[in-house]
Amino acid sequence: MKDLLLIKDLVIHFETDDGIVEAVNNITLGIKEGQTLGLVGETGAGKTTLAKGIMRLIHKPTGKIKDGEILYKDKDLLKLTEKEMREIRGKHISMIFQDPMTSLNPVMTVGEQIGEVIKAHNRISKKGIEKRTCEMLETVGIPSGRAIEYPHQFSGGMKQRVIIAIALACEPNLLIADEPTTALDVTIQAQVLEMMKSLKTEFNTSMLLITHDLGVVAQNCDFVAIIYAGEIVEYGELRDIFKNPKHPYTIGLFGSIPNLNDNVKRLKPIDGLMPDPMSLPKGCKFNDRCKFAMDICKEKNPEMVLLNNGHKVKCFLMQNNI
Amino acid sequence: MKTKKEILKVNNLKKFFNTPQGMLHAVDDISFTLSEGETLGVVGESGCGKSTMGRAILRLHEPDSGEVIYKGEDILKYSSKQMKKLRTEMQMIFQDPFSSLNPRMTVSQSILEPLLIQGIYKKEDKRSLRIKVKEIMNLVGLADRLVNTYPHELDGGRRQRIGIARALVLNPKLIICDEPVSALDVSIQAQVLNLMQDLQEQLGLTYIFITHDLSVVKHLSSDIVVMYLGQLVEKAPAEKLFANPLHPYTKALLSAIAVPDPDFKADRILLEGELTSPINPKPGCRFAKRCLYAKEECYGNNAGLVEVEKDHFVACCLIDGFINQEKGVKQKQ
Repeated sequence: MKDLLLIKDLVIHFETDDGIVEAVNNITLGIKEGQTLGLVGETGAGKTTLAKGIMRLIHKPTGKIKDGEILYKDKDLLKLTEKEMREIRGKHISMIFQDPMTSLNPVMTVGEQIGEVIKAHNRISKKGIEKRTCEMLETVGIPSGRAIEYPHQFSGGMKQRVIIAIALACEPNLLIADEPTTALDVTIQAQVLEMMKSLKTEFNTSMLLITHDLGVVAQNCDFVAIIYAGEIVEYGELRDIFKNPKHPYTIGLFGSIPNLNDNVKRLKPIDGLMPDPMSLPKGCKFNDRCKFAMDICKEKNPEMVLLNNGHKVKCFLMQNNI
Repeated sequence: MKTKKEILKVNNLKKFFNTPQGMLHAVDDISFTLSEGETLGVVGESGCGKSTMGRAILRLHEPDSGEVIYKGEDILKYSSKQMKKLRTEMQMIFQDPFSSLNPRMTVSQSILEPLLIQGIYKKEDKRSLRIKVKEIMNLVGLADRLVNTYPHELDGGRRQRIGIARALVLNPKLIICDEPVSALDVSIQAQVLNLMQDLQEQLGLTYIFITHDLSVVKHLSSDIVVMYLGQLVEKAPAEKLFANPLHPYTKALLSAIAVPDPDFKADRILLEGELTSPINPKPGCRFAKRCLYAKEECYGNNAGLVEVEKDHFVACCLIDGFINQEKGVKQKQ
């Protein structure tokens, strides 16, 4: 299958007064057409920065895309002018932000906010916009009569539905969902995820699902990438990652979550903390927390090693095994 | 095995808030008992009154009616002086380690504050205070060098450890933990959960563990209560509740968990709608509006908790029907 979006050696740094924050370091990642890629990592791993990088929404002037390419349908997004980029955002690639409570405009009705995207990307009459807006609301399960209401009149789950309606209004090819259900309760989370799944099939959208919840990934994704300190440390098909994790960090993540089916009396957490992206350790970024760290891990940053079936791991342990 | 000693008994606890829109039934007629050294998990969605219940037990919100019997005495009748003394035995760990610590106090000041307030140590007693801080910091796994740091210099996991240290410094018997790990990343969450388990074993603590994360609750708790709009809908030992959930809400809640296993195919019970308002609730079952099985009778009367099997309580008017149905299925098999 072809990659719809291919990120090559992307480097994003924030140059602040206190020093350089190395948020994204040499990430190479592809999203295949019609598939969902889960991007998993902890707070501060660079998940959101990567997503904003794809949309070219990195905060200026501190944030800079230092190097790399982002190929969307073989076109490098980083070489586009701001005007051309505007055509892409919302129409070809759109994004659902993390917090539904703050990402809607409180002084515009939800109908206006959905209509805004449609108006920006289509030559269409006022009537047409209205009609499309109502259609979108119905698609996400909100009665179209509520288009004239303001965000504060909606609950958290409903607001997230509105945001999904905005993101899908122009039927984008790629949807970037940044922790779409983190702020929601479990029963509402289940509702929203189920809806996103069916809409994805309906519109044949590819998706980048950013989350720290491995349960959400298992139930929704086709491929998984694990991100740590701005680097992809493991990538592969869903089953390969969940049934046969190879990187010590991935294994640690699975040991940290209480499992409902097995009765584990004690969790096996990863020791220590995520390194400060302002002073990343030399060598492998995970070496100071890793149980299997060798001398070489402190010296050199390992290369991605390709195992079978597209399963890739960035670890010296794997290099020795081959 | 010796019989477990009952440490806390809550009877018909009620806490209403008067709002401009009407009476908000935050905690409505809740009863349960808790034995020493056990963990009671309280689960429910946001807005169902979990935190208010925890606070009402400690009288941080003054309950409207009911009894909270701690070691045989109703603490709701205590004077504020008696209550202050009792608080050495009952402590609370708060949800958000980012806002529950005073930003202008160092780690050691924060940890020692309860001791000074209770008058257990005097401010002049610098040496013994220093020793005490060291002891507690070691207990919760904070490095000595952090003694004089301020909260903003620390990450969430360490801050939550300070929260735990503050609660432990008075040697409490009962700790109410209000979502202690929900603000933390998974790898840090596991560290803190392990710590809390170790401390429970070492110090014989009793926990009331309030959370919305069902896998965490199952991991830690001996008993679980499920709350919906201020009321308990199901109460059972953890194993029983997960093996055989009976209330339609519990069933939906458990089926909504995203299990981290790609082979796991859940029979999702998707609930319609969201939590209704707890302000002036109509008579009848509060879950009826979202319930897949709701019948006319559900809108009429509000069923109390009924023991359907040993230690397993359910509040649902249709429960007899469900049990008979299940028995029928089993017989067919």
